[in-house]
Amino acid sequence: MSVVRTSVDGYGSLGELLDDALIQFKSSEALIEASRSREVGRWSYLDFRRISHRVARRLQDADIGAGDRVALLMSNQSKWLFTATGALRRGAVLVPLDYKLTAPEQAALLAHAKPKVVVIEYGLWRRFTSPIVAKEVWVAEAPADAELNGAHRWEDLPSDGTSQAVPRKRSDQATLVYSSGTGGTPKGCILSHGAYLSQLEALLDVFPMAPGDRYFSILPTNHAIDFMVGFVGPLVCGATVVHQRTLRPEQLRGTMKRYGITHMAVGPMILTAVERAIREKLDELPGWKRQAIDTLLEVNSKLTDKGPNHALSARLLKPLHEGFGGKLRFVFCGGAPTDRQAAEFFYKIGIPVVIGYGLTEACTVVTVNGLRPFRADSVGKPVDGVELRIFDADSSGVGEVLVRGETLMDGYLDEPELTAETLREGWLHTGDVGWLDASDHLHLVGRSKNMIVTPGGKNVYPEDVEGALSEVPCEELAIYASQYLWPGAGLENGELVAVIRPEEDEMALVRALRTANRRLPEHKRLVGWLRWSTEFPRTASMKIKRSILAEQVRADAGRDQLSGV
Amino acid sequence: MSTSILVRLTELAVKRFGPAAQALAPTDDLFETLDIDSLQALDLLTDLEEAFDIEIPDYEIQGVNTLGGLADVIQARQ
Repeated sequence: MSVVRTSVDGYGSLGELLDDALIQFKSSEALIEASRSREVGRWSYLDFRRISHRVARRLQDADIGAGDRVALLMSNQSKWLFTATGALRRGAVLVPLDYKLTAPEQAALLAHAKPKVVVIEYGLWRRFTSPIVAKEVWVAEAPADAELNGAHRWEDLPSDGTSQAVPRKRSDQATLVYSSGTGGTPKGCILSHGAYLSQLEALLDVFPMAPGDRYFSILPTNHAIDFMVGFVGPLVCGATVVHQRTLRPEQLRGTMKRYGITHMAVGPMILTAVERAIREKLDELPGWKRQAIDTLLEVNSKLTDKGPNHALSARLLKPLHEGFGGKLRFVFCGGAPTDRQAAEFFYKIGIPVVIGYGLTEACTVVTVNGLRPFRADSVGKPVDGVELRIFDADSSGVGEVLVRGETLMDGYLDEPELTAETLREGWLHTGDVGWLDASDHLHLVGRSKNMIVTPGGKNVYPEDVEGALSEVPCEELAIYASQYLWPGAGLENGELVAVIRPEEDEMALVRALRTANRRLPEHKRLVGWLRWSTEFPRTASMKIKRSILAEQVRADAGRDQLSGV
Repeated sequence: MSTSILVRLTELAVKRFGPAAQALAPTDDLFETLDIDSLQALDLLTDLEEAFDIEIPDYEIQGVNTLGGLADVIQARQ
């Protein structure tokens, strides 16, 4: 496939790059927005440009320009992208906030970021119990008779989009992005235009898009992944972004078919859930049909062992591809550890999964897995422009992952000490622990702060054990040191237990858990598991909030409720 | 809370979950009273989105577990 994208070279800012892309692809389709039952809007690049320029004009009239912060609090939708593009044209700093947080959490982030303009959906705005402090608040989609208490309606954009583009340099700040992290207070990462431009170049090499491609945006756009591969990336390539408001899981397939989705990004939980659903359907097939599909899967695996070939796989395995609408070519997965088995299954049916390991502090991704040949056993090699090294490695080469390159943040807003601790001599200390194999592929074992020292003095990372138990059929599973959950309750410090939210068939869980546990090295084996019935608390990027879950467990269950493995 | 919205909501709940829903009070917990799970609640949500011709973002129904709560959300969207 030829790549027609606007070259990132020579650009100083995201605003400048997007502005040019909107002209370059002017007659192409930029954006489609669908509701539950119908299409509500379709915009060409030229339409997109006109609307985003009207946003820029309104910001200009409000005297918003270089370095002023514009916060966005909206679900995935057209106005998110129009507003962000208009704000970048004005040289403003975007503050994309997580619309899934509670109103008090959002209010705390706004108080920290102090934006001059807050752009917010009505449904979110009305949850605020005290007025939002900003020079201007724009409320989108408010009912006609709603009292907005001095806030403006997003829809009241000026008809004239004549606006001044404010030039920015690569070293200037582009965004303030709050890292969800897995505990503690969220941190505001200052990211430059240069970081984004450098990252974009690397990302589009591994997740290429072109005019005619359609990206289905289902991860929140405020999250680094969708911001890059679901907003800036597709627009720079002339591709189309598809939004579906109030997306329900059962509508995914219909939307993918209706709009011929070719690309999408998902979190690991969705990837695993889809893989399981397909496997279950395959298991229900009559024997001869199942055998035929297994043969085709084997043939496809052999023919694509050196690299993906979508056209061939889609022909060979048409019924499986139809399940994804028939045109899906690439899936991007990141945000939390991805299940190797699920990624390999997707590749086996001919849909490569680009697995990204990254963190907000490094823009989006640091490494991606290999596609030629496909490898899901590691998180891959660093993308162009990014360097990796393992710091303070132990005798087996395991240590903290350090990252260096143009994609790193400049620091945390108003947190000089934390910044100095995290960025040392140009290297980002990620807090993630891993090792590099002989071919320089990175293998992650966990977070340094989650490390457990076993009674035998060995280091164990809960994420590592959770990965090894990924085939255990259950809704959710988390590993803890027993003493962390129940201090002084009898089990030795460092003995491992699992908190598990079972599926209906608990017998299958127990069997699989026993088998998997036996296969683990002794120091990683569980001494018991706790049945848990409520959903695990998770961050925006779906990582388990370990300390909060532990508090809940401590409050509701005792060590005597552990079942043996 | 609008009575007409509540009446319509009760009708939809009865259609979806049977006559037991007829006796639902606006403050009754839907999950406990009707013994339904989150997927069944999603079915009801889809029904009411169609009936009222609105779309309710997920963030608006977080923690809503009564007909009265649903009626408030619908009213704010109309």
